[in-house]
Amino acid sequence: MMTTGTAEPRGQALAINNLSLEFPTFSGAVKALDDVSISVGKAEIVGIVGESGCGKSVTTMAATGLLPKGRYRVTGGTVRLFGHSTLSMDDSQLQDLRGKVVSTIFQEPMNALNPTIRIGRQLTDVIMRHEEVGPADARRIARDILADMLIGEPERVMNLYPFELSGGMRQRVLIAMAFSCNPGLIIADEPTTALDVTVQAVILRLIQNRARRTGTAVIFISHNVAVVSQLCDRLYVMYAGRIVEHGATRTVLETPQHPYTQALLRCLPERVAPKQELEAIPGAVPNLLQPPSGCYFQPRCKEAVEQCRSQTPQLTGADGQQVACWRRGVAVELPEQGGRR
Amino acid sequence: MTESVETMMRPVLEVSDLHVRFPASRNWLGRPTSHVHAVNGVNLTVRAGKSLGIVGESGCGKSTLAQAIIGLAPYEEGRVKIDGEDFQGAQGKQKRALRQKMQIVFQDPQSSLDRRLPVWRLISEPLHIRGGRSRAELHEKAEELAVAVGLRPEHLDRLPHEFSGGQRQRIAIARAISTDPELMVLDEPTSALDVSVQAQIINLLLKLQRERGLTYLLISHDVALVRHFCDDVAVMYLGQIVESGPADEVLRNPRHPYTQTLLAAAPSFESPLPDIAQVRAGELPNNRHLPDGCFYKQRCDRISGGCEAGQVLRRLSDSARHVRCHLAQA
Ligand SMILES: Nc1ncnc2c1ncn2[C@@H]1O[C@H](COP(=O)(O)OP(=O)(O)O)[C@@H](O)[C@H]1O
Ligand SMILES: Nc1ncnc2c1ncn2[C@@H]1O[C@H](COP(=O)(O)OP(=O)(O)O)[C@@H](O)[C@H]1O
Ligand code: SF4
Ligand code: SF4
Ligand SMILES: [Mg+2]
Ligand SMILES: [Mg+2]
Repeated sequence: MMTTGTAEPRGQALAINNLSLEFPTFSGAVKALDDVSISVGKAEIVGIVGESGCGKSVTTMAATGLLPKGRYRVTGGTVRLFGHSTLSMDDSQLQDLRGKVVSTIFQEPMNALNPTIRIGRQLTDVIMRHEEVGPADARRIARDILADMLIGEPERVMNLYPFELSGGMRQRVLIAMAFSCNPGLIIADEPTTALDVTVQAVILRLIQNRARRTGTAVIFISHNVAVVSQLCDRLYVMYAGRIVEHGATRTVLETPQHPYTQALLRCLPERVAPKQELEAIPGAVPNLLQPPSGCYFQPRCKEAVEQCRSQTPQLTGADGQQVACWRRGVAVELPEQGGRR
Repeated sequence: MTESVETMMRPVLEVSDLHVRFPASRNWLGRPTSHVHAVNGVNLTVRAGKSLGIVGESGCGKSTLAQAIIGLAPYEEGRVKIDGEDFQGAQGKQKRALRQKMQIVFQDPQSSLDRRLPVWRLISEPLHIRGGRSRAELHEKAEELAVAVGLRPEHLDRLPHEFSGGQRQRIAIARAISTDPELMVLDEPTSALDVSVQAQIINLLLKLQRERGLTYLLISHDVALVRHFCDDVAVMYLGQIVESGPADEVLRNPRHPYTQTLLAAAPSFESPLPDIAQVRAGELPNNRHLPDGCFYKQRCDRISGGCEAGQVLRRLSDSARHVRCHLAQA
């Protein structure tokens, strides 16, 4: 099942190439993703950051076949998940991949657990569906993996129903479930957003420890850049359905290049003296029914020039850090567009 | 917290020994047989024009404290004074006058704003309730307030759902300042917003404070935000304040074991993920039966002789802060 396709670059868990996707609605097509490319190496922890509605969830859901069938249109691009072309797979093929090859953890664990079935049964069901083990072995694996998630009395917890657990416990059970079949890739979509910081820190650590130990790749989606900075090797910054910058976490956060990344970091209270004005970003994310032409950040960008209004900037730069901006990278050498702002 | 420096400025809010509990079960006569103990003896003072931040994990009683202060949650023990006057004990005209002096802004403006009313009505509603103004005067006042919070006057006839989350929070703030309050209670006002919009709202609140001398009580789970926005901070655990004092001091160098844990766990650009042992994550103890001795005992890694006794919030001799832990006090 996990055999890698022949054309696959070695060590690649997921390769999304130039993916464009829209949602047809009564008022027109919502252009949710435009030319998105993301690659995740085996055993790599990769972050996707950006404000709400910028396409973080849609990107990974499209790549794993989780978007509602018939409600969206892929208008370009390819996806390779451990060599599988998920975009052209049917439901039963995708079902086979889930759990074993890729597993997703969402923000609200309640929705992902069946409220009428005890925790232990839900875990062992998943394990038995994907591994050749009997009920007793499945139960042992489940118990070990719950203990791994620092759940104090795994036997007792396995006899409980989801509603009998706190949010933090439920989320740990789901992470246990996600790891239970040793998938090659875990997608964690805002898994700690609803939780307290102490529980969040523990969950991040658990994900990190287990991923490192088992060589599992992780995509960590978050709107919280500080969290991503602590967990991820590399990160992608998304804005309005496009990748605007990506690179090694340290590089991007210490020397952000794209005006949106810079603004996103500058508006945080962390780096500003008490009570000083924060550098808010004026305006709001564009409506993806009618996105502006050229650079999507242009209506809010302090550095915009004429070219930004008409032409879409492409990602340029070395692999360590790429930026999509007319005024960065190679494009910076363009002559100043004298007074044309 | 009534030291000489602090009395130089008039306290707008004084909370003393406040206890708030909710019935958890009742007998056949309808009398409560057990309670949820949400706030368990809170003392705090906020001086005019200053901001106090309240931090602590969910369920520790922050919102209940806020509700008790503005008169939305009745209490049986303790006292809340606004501008030196006891709000719960006040009657009639005096009570109405005190009510105008404080306003609250919630996390989710969607649910706190009547969906059927146009924005100008929402903004001017507290003034309408106060009475004595014509429709034209209310509209004019709403326009003035809208401009003060950065809304366009030409949008005043729209309904709240036509606005983004950040703009709806501006509407809630305009409405809150309409009665010219002294105290604004802000219960997680930016938690539902994106950071770029959070920055806009925080800037607005700071500007209003400078212009109008507002006093704020900010409830937040975001330590970095509290450090930025507040003069003082109080850390809550199981309905009690465990540490309080100047925000930069407490958040830079926490002295209570719980505050230390909270800060170690807070997401940060400067430090790596903490070790699991350092975080001491755990659930809040059951608040139907309060623990004996120190409330933090079950989770504390520094437990020693003396922790079985109930702890009192006491001022440290070497600093302007108060801590509820005998180890820190020693
Ligand atoms: N089923 C859908 N129908 C129409 N639009 C959708 C649907 N799902 C998502 N979108 C739109 O796609 C964009 C990206 O959404 P999403 O990936 O959920 O953002 P994020 O996870 O970054 O907050 C948003 O503008 C959202 O409104
Ligand atoms: N109206 C109520 N009835 C019963 N219990 C309540 C009520 N409001 C709050 N509580 C309980 O009081 C405690 C404190 O809640 P809350 O003040 O909302 O905490 P926080 O705002 O810090 O998350 C919790 O245990 C909560 O379940
Ligand atoms: S391309 Fe132009 S508008 Fe877009 S981020 Fe760069 S400078 Fe700003
Ligand atoms: S009194 Fe004891 S248990 Fe409580 S915080 Fe201090 S050291 Fe920990
Ligand atoms: Mg999402
Ligand atoms: Mg609350």
